[in-house]
Amino acid sequence: MGLHGPVPSCLMSTQPNAAVKTERLLNLVICLLYTRMPMSKSKIREVVPQYGATASEEAFDRMFERDKDELRDLGIPLVTEPLDVFFDDEPGYRIDRREYALPEISFAADELAVLGLASRAWAQASLAGPAAQALRKLKAAGVERDDSSLIGIEPRVRTAEPAFEKVKKAVLERIPVTFTYRAAGSGEGTTRHVQPWGIASWHGRWYLTGFDTDRGAPRVFRLGRIEGEVATAGKPAAYDVPVDHQPRAMISTMAVERDPQPAVLRVRVGAGHSLRRRAANVGDIDDTWSQVRIDFTDTEAFADEISSFGPDVVVENPTELRESVIRRLTGALDPMPSSEEVSG
Amino acid sequence: MNATRHVSESATSRLSRLLTMVPWLLKRQGVEIEEVAREFGVTPAQVEADLALLFLCGTPGGYHGDLIEAEWESGKVFLGNADTIKRPLRLGVDEALALIVGLRALAAVPGIGERDALVRALAKLEAATGSAATGASRIQVVIDEGTSKETMALAQEALAAHRRVHLRYLVPGRDESTERDVDPMRVINFDAQWYLEGWCHRAEDVRLFRFDRIESLTVLDQDGTPPAEAQPRDLDSGVFTPRADDQLVRLALGPGAAWVSDYYPTESIEPTQDGGAVVTLRTADTAWLRRMMWRLGSQARVLEPADLALEVQRGAREALKAYAAAAGSTVPSG
Repeated sequence: MGLHGPVPSCLMSTQPNAAVKTERLLNLVICLLYTRMPMSKSKIREVVPQYGATASEEAFDRMFERDKDELRDLGIPLVTEPLDVFFDDEPGYRIDRREYALPEISFAADELAVLGLASRAWAQASLAGPAAQALRKLKAAGVERDDSSLIGIEPRVRTAEPAFEKVKKAVLERIPVTFTYRAAGSGEGTTRHVQPWGIASWHGRWYLTGFDTDRGAPRVFRLGRIEGEVATAGKPAAYDVPVDHQPRAMISTMAVERDPQPAVLRVRVGAGHSLRRRAANVGDIDDTWSQVRIDFTDTEAFADEISSFGPDVVVENPTELRESVIRRLTGALDPMPSSEEVSG
Repeated sequence: MNATRHVSESATSRLSRLLTMVPWLLKRQGVEIEEVAREFGVTPAQVEADLALLFLCGTPGGYHGDLIEAEWESGKVFLGNADTIKRPLRLGVDEALALIVGLRALAAVPGIGERDALVRALAKLEAATGSAATGASRIQVVIDEGTSKETMALAQEALAAHRRVHLRYLVPGRDESTERDVDPMRVINFDAQWYLEGWCHRAEDVRLFRFDRIESLTVLDQDGTPPAEAQPRDLDSGVFTPRADDQLVRLALGPGAAWVSDYYPTESIEPTQDGGAVVTLRTADTAWLRRMMWRLGSQARVLEPADLALEVQRGAREALKAYAAAAGSTVPSG
């Protein structure tokens, strides 16, 4: 098979646009890696066949500018240098080979096995694509990984929270953000202004740590309670993160805001096993009911759990917990869309 | 089929694959097209389209000797004359991040084996990524053993010695305590929950047991090698794998319950204008669904089947009666 020589433009026009563009970008990358000296724009237009086909100077300029940006977004180190050290009026372009290439690293089979585990940990998260791509790059050296992992554990982390990508970017680039945050108890949304420091997945949930500029103090936010869009409110590197900031440590001390408080529940005999297991005390009321005394910290989370037992668990006190459960059950009896009359 | 892929995939994401594929192929001359497709998560037809595209590219000049050589007619791929892009592109920020954060999370698991390999891999990776890894320390995934430390240690011990275990296990979906013998296969951590995967002799099938629901675990003095048909579950299709003959359920979810579609495998999701969704899913057992509906309250509603919707209402009404019976409560009369 063989198409030799420059590709005639009539042939390309029959291909889908994205394919033509991929071809153009790939040729541009190869060309700029190949050249030792910076290459002028006019030379690039001459040697990359897909540019030669563009109609006008302006069309080419626009296309080339966009292409440069897209290559840089992919992390390709495209540099602009003066063509001539004595006359810096016309810029030249090239890609620094050493900056471009992944350094030669060779991994032992057991190292690739753990790298595989680390990569697969993201298989169900928004970083799944980058994680798999990273592993392929590292495997380009030719060593096949040893899949029979001796660790015996397979971690999977998820990023179900819609705010994850925006918040992660803000953390990495140190960009102030603003968002609507739903409070734990009342469910009321307030606007918050935060300088993001870090994010961590803790007990299966993602948390943001940072400096709350309205409150003038460090705060922890649950990503799942952020409503709607996360908007940027400043430029990258706008503030400093405390050295040695450890998101995990901050979250584990601040996320558990309140001390445990006691609840008294009525639990049907033969039901509520998970509550009985954690109970401080279980006593009999009669043949049908037990009384279960149990400590809890998060009212809403505990109300979720209790409601799921339906008619098998009844909250005696505290009132706040009781009301939260009643609210859920009433909602389940007459769910959305809100109709005025109670069915029954 | 192939054409739709061309349209939907962006030029840059395809470029990114090509720049990774070339170094990979150069080190594996003669590799089967199917294997390339598996590795890159695309169809064999897409691999052929990629190779055809590579074949049109090359160093400036555009003449025969400048173009990348690609041959795949035999079903085996040979690539040449691609020196300029023979090395993979450096790891991008997200790529470096995913691996580094993942390795650190693993290294922090108490009592993990292979710690030595983890430390070596991490050191090499950090050296190779340079500035791309800046900030990785501020992104953390915490995998801890929770409250199930002793049970997990016993399970690991049984796994290493190929011993059968006896479990007293809580099935929360049915709020039921069960007894069973299990041949352990592996220990996994899914979404911060630890599970023992093993061949369950009661179900005669592979089952996942959440450690925090194991009420007691006894290592038996009995061989625990799982039968040949015991295949570990594909974790990447989720922990819950529905079967085709399961009952079809349709739910309307409010914005506050939209997370349900992320947590359970759904057959279809139609987003609604208010930020919620209408989802369909399959399940063999509706007990857990009923319980989830009570918990979600006004945020969710069963659309189908009608008898499940009635069961949810009946249960909620019965539960509310207990509250109404007590003085001073504010329950709507049923």
